[in-house]
Amino acid sequence: MEVSQRTEGEVEVIAISGEIDGSTAPAAQSQILSVAKSDAKILIDMSQVHYMSSAGLRMLLVVYRTVSGQGGKVVLTGLSQDLEDTMSLTGFLDFFDHFESVDAGLAAFN
Amino acid sequence: MQRVDVFPTHEHQGHKLRPGKPFPFGATLAPGGVNFSVYSSHATSCTLVLFDKDAPEPKVEIPFPDEFRIGNVYSMIVFDLDIESLEYGYRFDGPWDPQAGHRFDKSKILMDPYAKAIGGRDVWGQPPDWDNIYQHRARLVYDDFDWDDDRPLEIPLEDLVIYEMHVRSFTKHESSGVRFPGVFAGIREKIPYLKELGVNCIELLPIYEFDEFEHSREDPKTGRQLVGNYWGYSTLGFFAPKAGYAATGKLGMQVDEFKALVKELHRNNIEVFLDVVFNHTAEGNEHGPYISLKGIDNKTYYMLTPEGYYFNFSGTGNTLNCNNPVVRNMVLDCLRYWASEYHIDGFRFDLASILGRDPWGAPLSNPPLLESLAFDPVLAKCKLIAEAWDAGGLYQVGSFPAYGRWAEWNGKYRDSIRKFLKGEMGVIGEMAQRLQASPDLYATRGATASINFITAHDGFTLNDLVSYNEKHNEANGEDNRDGTNDNDSWNCGWEGPTDDPGINALRMRQMKNAMTMLLVSQGVPMILMGDEMGRTQYGNNNTYCHDNELNWQDWTLLEKNAELFRYVKTMLAFRHAHHALRNRWHLTGTDTVGSGYADITWHGTQAWNADWSGTSRILAFMLCGKHAHGGQREDDYIYVAMNMHWESHWFELPGLPKGTQWHAAANTGAPPPEDIWQPGTEPLLENQAGILVGDRSVVVLVGK
Repeated sequence: MEVSQRTEGEVEVIAISGEIDGSTAPAAQSQILSVAKSDAKILIDMSQVHYMSSAGLRMLLVVYRTVSGQGGKVVLTGLSQDLEDTMSLTGFLDFFDHFESVDAGLAAFN
Repeated sequence: MQRVDVFPTHEHQGHKLRPGKPFPFGATLAPGGVNFSVYSSHATSCTLVLFDKDAPEPKVEIPFPDEFRIGNVYSMIVFDLDIESLEYGYRFDGPWDPQAGHRFDKSKILMDPYAKAIGGRDVWGQPPDWDNIYQHRARLVYDDFDWDDDRPLEIPLEDLVIYEMHVRSFTKHESSGVRFPGVFAGIREKIPYLKELGVNCIELLPIYEFDEFEHSREDPKTGRQLVGNYWGYSTLGFFAPKAGYAATGKLGMQVDEFKALVKELHRNNIEVFLDVVFNHTAEGNEHGPYISLKGIDNKTYYMLTPEGYYFNFSGTGNTLNCNNPVVRNMVLDCLRYWASEYHIDGFRFDLASILGRDPWGAPLSNPPLLESLAFDPVLAKCKLIAEAWDAGGLYQVGSFPAYGRWAEWNGKYRDSIRKFLKGEMGVIGEMAQRLQASPDLYATRGATASINFITAHDGFTLNDLVSYNEKHNEANGEDNRDGTNDNDSWNCGWEGPTDDPGINALRMRQMKNAMTMLLVSQGVPMILMGDEMGRTQYGNNNTYCHDNELNWQDWTLLEKNAELFRYVKTMLAFRHAHHALRNRWHLTGTDTVGSGYADITWHGTQAWNADWSGTSRILAFMLCGKHAHGGQREDDYIYVAMNMHWESHWFELPGLPKGTQWHAAANTGAPPPEDIWQPGTEPLLENQAGILVGDRSVVVLVGK
């Protein structure tokens, strides 16, 4: 799993690639939260994530709770159909705005 | 500040360990590791067995060092485990002495009774590897679901309409049109349907992990595969939801999927009850498999004869020893867990009379388990419902130890209504009791002690109740011997489906009659899944073994029987609109609010003069709206005339107070759309003095 980060205007764009499971979720979480200053606008590009375990779902929710607790906002983009289904079936998707593309996600912040 | 107990003190084959905490039982996340705790009062030693997920052989076996046992509890923290890929079990050593009740066998790997998730049957119907040395594998879960502001709804019991359903049967049929058929998520997709119907509580047949392959066999005549445990009344583990009931079970996310369903149902004001089976387990008798309790502490967990054989009050091989203090605590822990972690609103206890037997099988007058449940602080607002009988001959409808809390499946309600519905004589007196929530049975317990039902998963569906005189269980492969013969059913003139329009019209009317009686009765109504659209089991009254159309809800019936569905949902709306139908306490037959009318009055073809004779098939009653909820609510007057005679009769109507008039709410003898009216749109009766009630018909009026 790899995490890359860039800034688009006011938005921190974080792209994750690979699998998020119990062994990789803690690293992903700490990298994402390292840019989570107050009022942060965070877009997580999931288009290169093909598998996410329970721990991965929880990592996303921890990010959401941390960022929204500081007045910020988290948006997901590029969820595969499988991931979207899994997140929806387990209730995790209820917490997130999600968009097909990074551009659409960025537009959602404006 | 760092805690001292994050440091290991022991090591076994590279695994770092430390003495654990005895409580809570089960496997619990601890700082840096997992706390394993398990109890046995007769074992001599215990070994923790760890597997990688789905691996055929254990990755390590860690004997509990002597100093890790406190009392009879073995506990240990193992550090640095990946809880997502971990499966665990135990081996117990101890005496093999069946006569003394001990069946220890250290060659068996046993599942933790407190397992929060169980692997091995992750996808429904996927054939398991029978050579697997550990079939049902304990797994760990994150109990950290984000409920937002959800909690159990606490809808007053008198306001509930319960819908009894099977998770898989509800949406497995291709006509269900859901994306995820046969699972929790499928129910979630059907919430708009449940809302439209108007039920505000679903009661799920068992969802604790079970093995659908248990007792699977081929029908010797047809070669058809029979699923011995389709309904799920044979539990593997009491703390784990069935993985095969989750679309995400293959990912190990059944816990989250079920919680997401509960949360969404709650958002829609629908409660969730679980049908729980604490009377026996899937381990059978002395010939049954070792899964968990049998090898951990047989003598503690099961009721045994003096010779060491299994008592069989459940009819399924063994009987859980519920009034042993340790077992009692397990049941309590379990229900608290489901109430607090899953926000479950209520529980229906299968063969609950067993829970009132002592360890030797004798009925207790003050059963500690039932008392503990009734007074438990976590369960204080949960609904507790007993199936107040068992397979050992104990029948406690009306006498189940209630402690002011317990409600009962009212089997006598079912029997009386069925007899009256088919035109049997001599049941008018009984009917008057049943319509009032059976004060003859529940005098001191109030109306909400009575869970009223005409049909349930056991027995005929409503459609079959009016279509078959006899059970037709040949498909069960037991030569039609299984299932009850006491159905009190009537086929309306032809056994099974027919093209005869007269018979079909009568059946439709009888189904409407039954639903009307159910929904105007005091007490708490329960509807069987699909009865609102005429679901059939083709005359089979015991479909426990069928994973097919005999159980699956055929949603095309919604169109075919649109007339019935419209009637039922409108009658549900009628019930919800009238407090007078939903009293918490029993009616008294007297005027307690000075309205000039008693809360309930009885009538016949003559007003104020019911025919109580042994040849009567007619009964009418009126509820005074000023008495609704003991006079605390204002409601309309309600009049219900039931004519179960095969000829129509003129019913003289009781007079109303000045300024109020009778309006027609429902008339099962009238063709649709005039068979029922939306609450608020009821037309004024032209003749306020009387009404013709057709043969085998029910009329409901509102006085306003």
